Amino acid sequence: MKTSIKNGLFAFYLVFAVLLVSPLALAAADLEINTPAISALQSSMQSRHGQLAAYYSNGAVGLTRDGLIAVHDATVVPLAQRQSVNSLVAAENNDRNALYKEIASANGHPEWEAEVRNTFAQRWVQKAQGGWWYQGASGWAKK
Amino acid sequence: MQRWIRQLPAALGLSAILVLPACVTINVYFPAADAEKAADKIIDEVWQLKNKPSSQDAPAQAPASVPAK
Repeated sequence: MKTSIKNGLFAFYLVFAVLLVSPLALAAADLEINTPAISALQSSMQSRHGQLAAYYSNGAVGLTRDGLIAVHDATVVPLAQRQSVNSLVAAENNDRNALYKEIASANGHPEWEAEVRNTFAQRWVQKAQGGWWYQGASGWAKK
Repeated sequence: MQRWIRQLPAALGLSAILVLPACVTINVYFPAADAEKAADKIIDEVWQLKNKPSSQDAPAQAPASVPAK
């Protein structure tokens, strides 16, 4: 009887050891970001940044908490250019939404989209230049 | 009491069977650190943040790769 208890405990420890090791194996895997779709979105956003950079700097556009961008202060933009700023913001947000979705699904976990978005939201703000506007926990703030 | 002890291994085995799939599900967690690295890579590219320090490498690599093709 003692041996059967020992066997049971041994099996239990074995299962426990497997459980301890398996997260390490999963953690070693890198996140896949080298798909054609992600590269396309990336270069589209990169070329758009040439136009957006000035609007980040003068505060017309800021970074939102959900990993997108928004018009922060339209008054610094001449009236004639406001529509183009709106279009830039909309196009950028389309790309960003697609990017988060694409990264999640490229890694086989579409349900990760929200977490990918959160990660990006933090990193965009972290890497933003001084003077750019971003949405913090208590509204707009200047970096 | 003795019957209970005799059933203990079976109970442990059964609980392991029940617990294992749950743990495997939990282990498919979101790799936050990897995601951060991936995000940084993409942001550096989009905002061209890494171009300034590596601008010396870029011209050196570009001509080298052109004759190779």
